[in-house]
Amino acid sequence: MNRFAELLDRLAYEPGRNNKLRLITSYFREVEDPDRGYALAALTGALSFKHAKPGLIRDLITDRTDPVLFALSYDYVGDLSETVALMWPKTAIDREVSLLGHPSPRPSPTRGEGAALSSARPPRKKSKAVMAPLSQESAATLLSIPSPLVGEGWGEGYREHSGHDHQRRHNNPPPPTLTDVVTTLRTLGKTELPKQLTRWLDELDETGRWALLKLVTGAMRIGISARLAKTAAAELGDKDPHEIELMWPGLAPPYLDLFAWLEGRAEKPVNLDPAPFRPVMLAHAIENTDFAGLDAGDFIAEWKWDGIRVQAVSGRDERGDRLVRLYSRSGEDITKSFPDLLSALHLPGAIDGELLVVRDGRVQSFNVLQQRLNRKVVSPKLIKDYPIHLRAYDLLGEGNKDLRGLPFTERRKLLEAFVTELDDPRIDLSPTIAFDSWDALTAARKNPADAGAGEDAEAVEGVMLKRRDAPYLPGRPKGQWWKWKRDPHIIDAVLMYAQRGHGKRSSYYSDYTFGVWTTGEDGEQLVPVGKAYFGFTDEELLQIDRFVRRNTTEKFGPVRHVVHEPDQGLVLEVAFEGLQRSPRHKSGVAMRFPRVNRLRWDKPPREADRLETLERMLKADQAIEA
Amino acid sequence: MNLTLDYITEMRPQDILMPVAAGLCCKPGGFHIDPVRPVERAVITHGHSDHARPGHGAVLATQETLDMMRLRYGDHFAGRTQAIRYGEPIKLGDVTIKFHPAGHVLGSAQIAVSCKDTCIVASGDYKDAPDPTCAPFELVPCDVFITEATFGLPVFRHGDASDEIRKLLASVALFPERAHLVGAYSLGKAQRVIALIRKAGYDAPIYLHGAMEKITRYYESRGVALGDLRRVKGMKKADLAGTITLAPPSATSDIWTRRFPDPVTAFASGWMRVRARARQRGVELPLVISDHADWDGLTATIDATGAGEVWVTHGQEDALVHWCTAKGLTARPLDLVGYGDEDEADAVPANEDAEA
Repeated sequence: MNRFAELLDRLAYEPGRNNKLRLITSYFREVEDPDRGYALAALTGALSFKHAKPGLIRDLITDRTDPVLFALSYDYVGDLSETVALMWPKTAIDREVSLLGHPSPRPSPTRGEGAALSSARPPRKKSKAVMAPLSQESAATLLSIPSPLVGEGWGEGYREHSGHDHQRRHNNPPPPTLTDVVTTLRTLGKTELPKQLTRWLDELDETGRWALLKLVTGAMRIGISARLAKTAAAELGDKDPHEIELMWPGLAPPYLDLFAWLEGRAEKPVNLDPAPFRPVMLAHAIENTDFAGLDAGDFIAEWKWDGIRVQAVSGRDERGDRLVRLYSRSGEDITKSFPDLLSALHLPGAIDGELLVVRDGRVQSFNVLQQRLNRKVVSPKLIKDYPIHLRAYDLLGEGNKDLRGLPFTERRKLLEAFVTELDDPRIDLSPTIAFDSWDALTAARKNPADAGAGEDAEAVEGVMLKRRDAPYLPGRPKGQWWKWKRDPHIIDAVLMYAQRGHGKRSSYYSDYTFGVWTTGEDGEQLVPVGKAYFGFTDEELLQIDRFVRRNTTEKFGPVRHVVHEPDQGLVLEVAFEGLQRSPRHKSGVAMRFPRVNRLRWDKPPREADRLETLERMLKADQAIEA
Repeated sequence: MNLTLDYITEMRPQDILMPVAAGLCCKPGGFHIDPVRPVERAVITHGHSDHARPGHGAVLATQETLDMMRLRYGDHFAGRTQAIRYGEPIKLGDVTIKFHPAGHVLGSAQIAVSCKDTCIVASGDYKDAPDPTCAPFELVPCDVFITEATFGLPVFRHGDASDEIRKLLASVALFPERAHLVGAYSLGKAQRVIALIRKAGYDAPIYLHGAMEKITRYYESRGVALGDLRRVKGMKKADLAGTITLAPPSATSDIWTRRFPDPVTAFASGWMRVRARARQRGVELPLVISDHADWDGLTATIDATGAGEVWVTHGQEDALVHWCTAKGLTARPLDLVGYGDEDEADAVPANEDAEA
């Protein structure tokens, strides 16, 4: 557990993706089965046990520490798990000493003049005590001490931390392994949990306790995706992470067969899952210069719908029961969030498509779809108000047949037949766009309503181009699929605050809060409307960084307040995909995917956009939802 | 002994030492301890800039502390100076003072002030953990113990510093193409970190930010072996891959770091025990290495001094006062201002050649 805790600890601070990978892979290399398997499960969210409530943790600590000291500490640290991990009393004896006010054993006074004196000292008196007179002898010793660095024994305090700790570990049971923790939690009854947690907390070190509490409260939040953890495992055996994705649904913690294969000790595990996830094929963003080398006749175009990319898989298990699963594009199982779609998928097959909310035959905006996401409970009302729909792009498998090797045109034919056979209003086919030249497609992209998207045009994010002969390949293969997004919304905003980035950018001010003008109580003022931390070139980053450093008016911790007056400041052209009402933002609006498009050194801040402009855009968006 | 005091047999502790605006004032001795404003006679515990300030009429301190003040402030940092050895009693007015090792940094001392039958120990900053670069903390029995409370909350428990060094060296091994940048206060912490790295068997050159050089070389001149140390200035970026560099904490988030290949930012400090503190500073590799006593150290020390009265200063006074009171000790916070981490408030040295 302590080694796993060390990994989590390090990951929690490490901002770089590749460095995270290195840390995880090196953990898998060093740590043995089954611990590393359970670690992989913890990182991919594949562990399941009843989580402990924060209230339980709080009870545990208040039972064994001074409530005033706990309150002061919690106030300082700000995180319950961390506070408890840090102040958990070391052992039963120590606990009473340091926190309940019982007399402590004397530290072994083996070194130094003071130590000798302390053992000779009369018992404690209340204040105004009489100082023990120095004997001639000890006074002489004192005077003979030359320089602090001469003589033996320097470098050791009278209280030897390390020795003490080792002894403690030696006499106590060894700390639990991650395997101990996971397997015990699986079967532990609710009433036994407090006692078991206490035992572990006694046995682990600070970091171990922190990781344990994060694990049992189900609040890991260390910025690791399941995909990243699997990629790190793949690197252990120099394998393609797609291979792991493919077999993943058939594997279970602690993944002994997976690690055996990765280390070349066994055959590749076979995925016997009847409804497996298949790695998703992704598109490259097309640039204007790309068209010159491409022939319009080689491609089929479809609308790019602004929903959630999913893989809907239906299969039969060995008993012949139907099994339906929905996966996100990263392979996360999201079936539970959309129970209302499952019965429509009654034929065995794997559809690649887009989840949308369709009301009265009209596709709703992404903002509406968002109401269906991250819900703990999917209520009948939610299902009724936000009816879910699957728009099919591709067919990856049918029955036991893998169709991914076929050219797109053939898969498309099979998909059309499959959707017809499903015959359900909740599932339809993604229409293709007729075009014979890039100019025609340009016109369609500009005006999807007139090019076939009709009333659904506002839910169109752009155009997808797929090579007619492209097989379905995992990842982002070159030259097969292209995405050609609609032009983003653009506004001119004023840089207000800047914060340093992380990792390679840690010395650069690379996170920018920008605002637009509005009329407030004090007249014209800037109100923050968003934050952007990419979109600029390396050269532009240097320029903004220099500007921030030279024009800082105030500092609040890591945040710099940058000059933003009508005639002084930096205007950023910000591009974004959409707007949403947000009570969390002072301005009342939140942007989707904002980024810095261009630096407007030429423009005085006074000429930047106003909040009313954003509100008009918002109204336009909402008109579509209504 | 001053005749006027001869008939007084019992003095209250606050008649001996009293907090005033300039610092802790000893009236019967006619001096201040670690004054934050210029005074006639100053008795100084150690060389950190929040305790050792220039401009006093006379300064009494250990030779090391005087040397460090001279290095930082120049030859004329005080009107007169007098060096005192650990354990050497010196009579000042009606009191006798003695310096005892505080285990904080090289030359750091606790100051025992005795008057009549009462002994007060002003411990300055101290730590009871092992440190290969300075004399170990010495327990001084007393009636009133004045303790710091920098880490005066039970969440602050600093483990074995060598475990933290092991973490650093493991990271250096894992990322050989990146530079490791360790933020450390330039007086004391930096030298301790270097000594611990050497103790762990790492013998490659260790690089220094220019602002650390003078003090570090001074440590070496006092017999602290630190191995092959080099100035980072003028090094090629590529040549810094896989190396360790020590720098003042403020420099690790500065433009200065751009000379390093994909640096891993570490920070050696007791504050690193708390994640939010580490994150606020953009630290990627927090190293819990402190030159102050942790909670267990503070409480064990208070207990072992046998003092019946405890005065708590700079830091988390509330928790420590509460702990003392719960144990039946008389305790009060001392309202002294002007003490803290010395590099925390310092601006980034604009020039690497500047002494921080």
